Amino acid sequence: MSEIWRYLETNGDDVLTALVQHIWLALLPVAIAFVLALPLGALVHRYVPARHIALTAGSVIYTVPSLALLLLLPGILGTSVLDPINVVIALTLYSLALLVRTTADGLDAVDTTVLQAATAMGYRPVRRWFTVQLPLAMPVILTGLRVATVANVSMVSIAALIGIGGLGQLFTRGFQLGFYLPPIIIGLVLSVALAVIADVLIVALQRGLTPWARAGAR
Amino acid sequence: MSLDYLLDAANWSLTSPDGFPQRILEHLGYTVLALAIAAVIAFPIGLLIGHTGRGALVAINLGNAGRALPTLGVLMLALGLVGIGLVPVTIALVVLAIPPILATTYAGIRSVADETVDAARGVGMTEAQIAWRVEVPIALPIMIGGLRNASLQVVSTATIAAYVGLGGLGRYLFDGLATLQYDQVVAGAIVIAMLAVAVDLALAGAQRLLVSPGVDGRGARDRPTTVRPEPQPEPAG
Amino acid sequence: MIEFEGVTKRYPDGTVAVDDLSLTVDTGQITVLVGPSGCGKTTALRMINRMIEPSSGRILIDGDDVTSRPEAQLRREIGYVIQGAGLFPHRTVLDNVATVPILQGSSRREARTSALDLLERVGLAADLGERYPAQLSGGQQQRVGVARALAADPPVLLMDEPFSAVDPVVRDDLQQELLRLQGELGKTIVLVTHDIDEAIRLGDKVAVFAQRARLAQFAPPADLLAAPADDFVASLVGRDRGFRGLGFADGSSVALTPIDHGVDGLTLEVDHDGRPLGWRGSDGLLPTEGTFSDGANLRTVTDLVILSPAGAAIRVDAEGRADGLVLLADLAGSVRSQQRERLAALASAEEAG
Repeated sequence: MSEIWRYLETNGDDVLTALVQHIWLALLPVAIAFVLALPLGALVHRYVPARHIALTAGSVIYTVPSLALLLLLPGILGTSVLDPINVVIALTLYSLALLVRTTADGLDAVDTTVLQAATAMGYRPVRRWFTVQLPLAMPVILTGLRVATVANVSMVSIAALIGIGGLGQLFTRGFQLGFYLPPIIIGLVLSVALAVIADVLIVALQRGLTPWARAGAR
Repeated sequence: MSLDYLLDAANWSLTSPDGFPQRILEHLGYTVLALAIAAVIAFPIGLLIGHTGRGALVAINLGNAGRALPTLGVLMLALGLVGIGLVPVTIALVVLAIPPILATTYAGIRSVADETVDAARGVGMTEAQIAWRVEVPIALPIMIGGLRNASLQVVSTATIAAYVGLGGLGRYLFDGLATLQYDQVVAGAIVIAMLAVAVDLALAGAQRLLVSPGVDGRGARDRPTTVRPEPQPEPAG
Repeated sequence: MIEFEGVTKRYPDGTVAVDDLSLTVDTGQITVLVGPSGCGKTTALRMINRMIEPSSGRILIDGDDVTSRPEAQLRREIGYVIQGAGLFPHRTVLDNVATVPILQGSSRREARTSALDLLERVGLAADLGERYPAQLSGGQQQRVGVARALAADPPVLLMDEPFSAVDPVVRDDLQQELLRLQGELGKTIVLVTHDIDEAIRLGDKVAVFAQRARLAQFAPPADLLAAPADDFVASLVGRDRGFRGLGFADGSSVALTPIDHGVDGLTLEVDHDGRPLGWRGSDGLLPTEGTFSDGANLRTVTDLVILSPAGAAIRVDAEGRADGLVLLADLAGSVRSQQRERLAALASAEEAG
C-alpha cells in the first residue's frame, strides 16, 4: 500500500495527465458515435437493405483486433502512428458498430400500436419520431451506450502498447520497470473506477429520461 | 498498404517457427485454452444463478466489473504476481472471456418461458433434469452467442501474448512496429481478422448442429410463413 | 378421491392465498374450481401435485398424504395441463408426449409408439408428431398438452386454465373433446377456470371460490344455476341463470301435441315421408327454424319454441319424421314443475344435511 502512495506522491502529475487523457480518448468516441448512431439507427430500422449492410459492416469491424486497427489506420489515413486521432477514430468505429445496432433494436422494440395511435391523433412523422418513437426506444439505446462506454474505457489502454497516452501507460511503465506493481494497480483501479462512474452516470441519465420505465417495473 | 509480406510464400512454410501456420496454431492455442477455462468457470455459475434466480445481482455486477477491467492491466498484474509465461496471459484472457459467457448463460436460462419450466416441474422432472433437459437446450442459441462474442474478443486480444515475449499472431504486429516493416503489420492484422471469422464460423456451425430446430426457428421453415406460423385449421373434432 | 383437509397457504409476506380449505373431489369425475382471479383456485390446484407446499393441513389422494412421496415421483403419476400448454419448444410433438414415460424408465421407442396412439386419441393427425410446437396452432398445442398429461395413464389429471389461451371457437371444440375423452377414460379431473360457463359445461361438480379459497358453494352445475348459495355465487353465475339451467333439464318430459294440431292459423306441412317443410298460413310457407329429437334438453326445446313462427317446437324421430309438437303453454308448465321439484329436493337435502 505504502508503495502505491509513494508512487502517487512522486508521479501524481503523470497519473493525472494519463487519467485526463484516458477520459478524452474513451468518451469522445462514444459521444461522436452516439450522435451518429441516432440517424443511422433510424435508417437501419426503416430500410431492410441498410440493415444488412450495417450488420455486416458491424461484424467485420468487430473481427479486426483493436491493436491491429490502431496500426492500420495510419496507413489508411496518412496520419502518424503516434497520433491520438487514430485511437479516437478506431474506438468511434467500434462504438458505432454497437450503437447503430442497439438504436435500431430499440426503435424496432417500440410497440407499433402506440405509433399508430400517435399517427391517428395527427402527429406528423418528424414530431412523432422525436416525441414518441425516440423516447420509447431510449431504454434499449441507453443500454447499448452503457456497454459501449464501459468497453471503450477498458479498450483505450491497448493504445499504450504503441505509445499513445491514457492509463495504459501506467501498465507499460510497470512493465518497463520490471513488473513494478504500484503503477499497474493504480492504472487498474482508476480504469475500473472511471468505467463504473461513467456507467452510473448513464444509469442516472436513463432514470431521468425514462421515468415511466420504473413505473411499469412494479 | 502493401500485401507483400502476407503473400510471400516463404512466410507460409509449415516448418518455419515464425511462419503463419505456426503462429496461427499458437494463437489458436491461447484462444482455445482461455475459452475452455472461462467456460468451465462461467457456465456452471450462470446455469446455477439462472436456474435458481439467486445471486443474480452479485454475478451481474461482478460480470460488469470484469468487463471494465483493461486486459493489458490484468496481464501486467498477473505477470507481476506469477512471473513471465503462459499462465499470466491465460489469466488475462480468461478474465476477458468470463463476463460475456456468464452473462449470456444467465440471460439464456432466464429467457426460458416460465410456463415451460412450470410444465417441466409439473410432469415430474427433478431440478437437475429441468436444468439439463429443458433450460439448457432452449437457452443454447443465446449461450453459444455469448461464446462467439467471447471468442471474438479473445482472438483479437491474444495479440498481447507477443508483447510479453510469447508467440501468436501478435508477433507480426509488434515486430513490424519495432522494425517499421509496415507490410508485416498489415499481414498480421489480416490473418488475425481471418482467424476471428473462422473461429466464429466454426462456432456458428456447432450451433446449427447442437440447437434443436424447434428452438431456433428452423423447424418453422416447411411452413409458408416465417417466424410465427399461422394457425392451421383444426382437424374436425 | 382427493381430499383437502383444512389446507392453508400463507406466503412469507403475510398474504393468505388459501385459508383452511376442506374439499373432497370424487374419483372418476370432473371437478371444476371456479372463481375470480386471485381467489386461490390455482394455488389450491397446485398444492395437489406439490408445485406449491401448503403451510398447514393435508391433501390426500386415495387416502395417501401427497407429502409421503418424493415430489418428482408424485408428479409423474399426476397429469398436469397448463394454460398455453407449456410444451417444450426444443422437442418434437412426439417427444413432448413421450416425456413422462421416458422419465419413468420406458424406452424411447416404446414411449414414442404409445405417444402416437395418444395423438390420435386427442384428435391430432399422426404426421404432426415430427413437428415442433412452434409449427402448431394454439388449439393443436393445447391438444398435445393434454396428450402429454395422459401419456403415463395417470388416474388423476390437473388442468389449470387449460383452454383460456385459445379463441372461443377452438375452446368450444376442446371442451367437447375433453368431455368425449373423459367419457372413454373416466379420470379424476380437477380443472381450474375463471370462466363460469366453462365450469358449468365441464363440471360434474363445481366448487365456487371466493377470496382466500373460501368455498362459497360446492354443487353440481344445475344446482348452482337453480339455487346459488349467496349473492356472490349469484353474481358470478351471472344473468339468465334460469334459462341456462334449462340446459340440465330433460326436454322429453314435456307433453306432446299431435302434429296436425293447428296453431294460431298456422299448420305444419310435411313432405310425403313425413319430414317437416314449414308452417303454412295466410302469408305462405314460413320456415320451421329447426327441430329437436329425443334426448334434447329443455333449453334447446325452449329456444325452438321461441324461434318458431307458430310458438311450437317440432320433435322428429330418428328418420327425421315429425312426430309431435311442444306448445308454449305445455312448455311453461313443465319448466315450472321442474324448477319446483329441484328447489324442493335441494331444500330437503339441506334439512337432511
